Amino acid sequence: MSQASEQLIRAENVTFNRGQQVIFDDVTLSIPRGKITAIMGPSGTGKTTMLNLIGGRLKPQKGHVYYGDVCVGQLSRKQLYTLREKMGMLFQNSALFTNLSVFDNVAFPIREHTKLPESLIRDLVLMKLEAVGLRGARQLNPSQLSGGMARRVALARAMALDPELIMYDEPFTGQDPISMGVLVKLIKRLNDALGMTSIIVSHDVPETVSIADYIYVIAQGKVVGEGAPESLANDDNPHVKQFMHGLADGVVPFHYPAPDYEHDILSEA
Amino acid sequence: MGNKIIEVSVGLFVIAGIAALLVLAFHVSDFSTYSEHNTYRVSAKFDNIGDLKPRAPVTIAGVKVGQVVGIDLDKKEYKAVVKLRIEAKDNNIPLDSSASIVTAGLLGSNYIAITPGFEDNFIKDNGVIEETNSAIILEDMIGQFIFNSKKDDEKKSET
Amino acid sequence: MMTENIQNIGKSSINVCSNVGYAGIFLLKTIFRKPRLVKGFPLLIKEVFSVGVFSLPIILVASIFIGMVVGLQGYNILSKFSATEQLGQLIALSVVRELGPVVGALLFAGRAGSALTAEIGLMKTTEQLASMEMMGVDPLWRVIAPRFWAGIISLPILTIIFCAVAVFGGHLIGVEWLGIDAGSFWSNMQSSVDFRIDVLNGIIKSIAFGFVVTWIAVYQGYATVPTAAGISRATTRTVVYASLAVLGMDFVLTAIMMGGW
Repeated sequence: MSQASEQLIRAENVTFNRGQQVIFDDVTLSIPRGKITAIMGPSGTGKTTMLNLIGGRLKPQKGHVYYGDVCVGQLSRKQLYTLREKMGMLFQNSALFTNLSVFDNVAFPIREHTKLPESLIRDLVLMKLEAVGLRGARQLNPSQLSGGMARRVALARAMALDPELIMYDEPFTGQDPISMGVLVKLIKRLNDALGMTSIIVSHDVPETVSIADYIYVIAQGKVVGEGAPESLANDDNPHVKQFMHGLADGVVPFHYPAPDYEHDILSEA
Repeated sequence: MGNKIIEVSVGLFVIAGIAALLVLAFHVSDFSTYSEHNTYRVSAKFDNIGDLKPRAPVTIAGVKVGQVVGIDLDKKEYKAVVKLRIEAKDNNIPLDSSASIVTAGLLGSNYIAITPGFEDNFIKDNGVIEETNSAIILEDMIGQFIFNSKKDDEKKSET
Repeated sequence: MMTENIQNIGKSSINVCSNVGYAGIFLLKTIFRKPRLVKGFPLLIKEVFSVGVFSLPIILVASIFIGMVVGLQGYNILSKFSATEQLGQLIALSVVRELGPVVGALLFAGRAGSALTAEIGLMKTTEQLASMEMMGVDPLWRVIAPRFWAGIISLPILTIIFCAVAVFGGHLIGVEWLGIDAGSFWSNMQSSVDFRIDVLNGIIKSIAFGFVVTWIAVYQGYATVPTAAGISRATTRTVVYASLAVLGMDFVLTAIMMGGW
């Protein structure tokens, strides 16, 4: 039981296939409460899939994902939707509702899940927008926002209901250095100030390393390395080493599998 | 708020739909003849109704006053019983009126024309028009004309 | 070679079956859920606006022209039998029974159906549906159901308006332009059009078409492959499938209605 209270999420022996393709092969990991945990790995290793497994949008073929004491995969539809009110998720491309203004986007989860009067909703939304520094942009449409601003609005929306857990799906991808810096700071500050549990899925090593408390590195469907950021930097595992230091060639080869180069060129002639 | 515009235009949309339905009901399809409240029923027996169909109009002096609602066969007399529904405002059809089945134009459809009689008593609900003239069948007429038979004399004395 | 062909036939029939199955489950999930009237009604109004009101201009323009064309063509044919007084009957019956429901549904599939598919498909592609799910809001309830019901409500209203306007268009041609007597035009129409048989059956048809067209549209949107090409393919499929379904169903419904049902 004590383990369950320390660890908000535990994935136990999770195996997940998509068709013939193995995404996860017997993966076990746990996310401590109140900390920032990063799941890292090269593109296409199913990091986002892990978030979907935690959120119950996908079910593992084998193994279980526990949220606290409940097994996410075994919940009924209704229980699952109730559980999701405790989670917030920041999607890769922000996923703001394009037909609603910034204000209504942030108000959306509050309006859907509570019966609060409109004046109180207004206060709550302005509070959240103030936290991400976009209170002045509340009347804008999502199409008028820059990528970084859109992501901050999405962040305000994700924490509108004060969730226990926020999942960030590639929060740093495609951001200019300034908004990247803003996001890094925001994630850290929100996590510390609100005592939320954060999961960051990312392949931007320096930014993630600067704020994560614990890092899992996933490659080829397995956890190949885990630990605090400092210890991981000195890890000897070739997968971890190549990824953390951004080496062009290593276990993950530079070349896509191909027949012999010389043979290929000659045969064409 | 944009919400008001949306709600108002949806309201107008629905109203336009209802208005169009009313147009279809009363202007295009003459729905009013179906309200049984302001009509009464009359029946008439014919030897031959020719091509008469339900919903054919019933007229007096060419003015439509009702329509045919049902056609049955009287099994004893082998006659056609035609049920008519006539508008309540035309409730002054004399008892000795006669009903005939006539054709609109040379090829048109059949309808019933009522020729008013002279009595002071009027036909009531579920009343019967005693005097009837059967449909004139074009083929028969041509046949009679060609063979110049005496059949039509007999027919006249019959009715 | 032979077995390959047979295998392909089998494969595609299995595909069709599973797609229809998914669409059916999707439909059941959308329809059979506890309605939340207080929150759901404003959503429905909004969707009736974007599905129904936006389709009104094309319906109005199309219907008046169709009424006028039927009037002209009908006049030409009827004048050969010197029965031009029957023009009102011809216009009203053809519009109310067939042209109104069918052409209305085809235009609706092209205008509103494709828009629905593109909108829902785009919401899926930009992860708006997924983010809604992760917020604990069921997109089937929040996004699909209002659009679905709006389609079923809007098409019959559009069809009724179509019929009335088309008859008016026929009146313009027949009475105002070609000089048929207005009295005989309308009285012939009234005596031959039966409200229960003709008008109500037309409306029943349009409800059935609204159901099928919106079902196809929202399902194609929901099942879009989340890419730009996926959206365009889904939109095309909506228009093609919906049009075919409308024409096929029209035959079946007409056969049932005419066959002494």
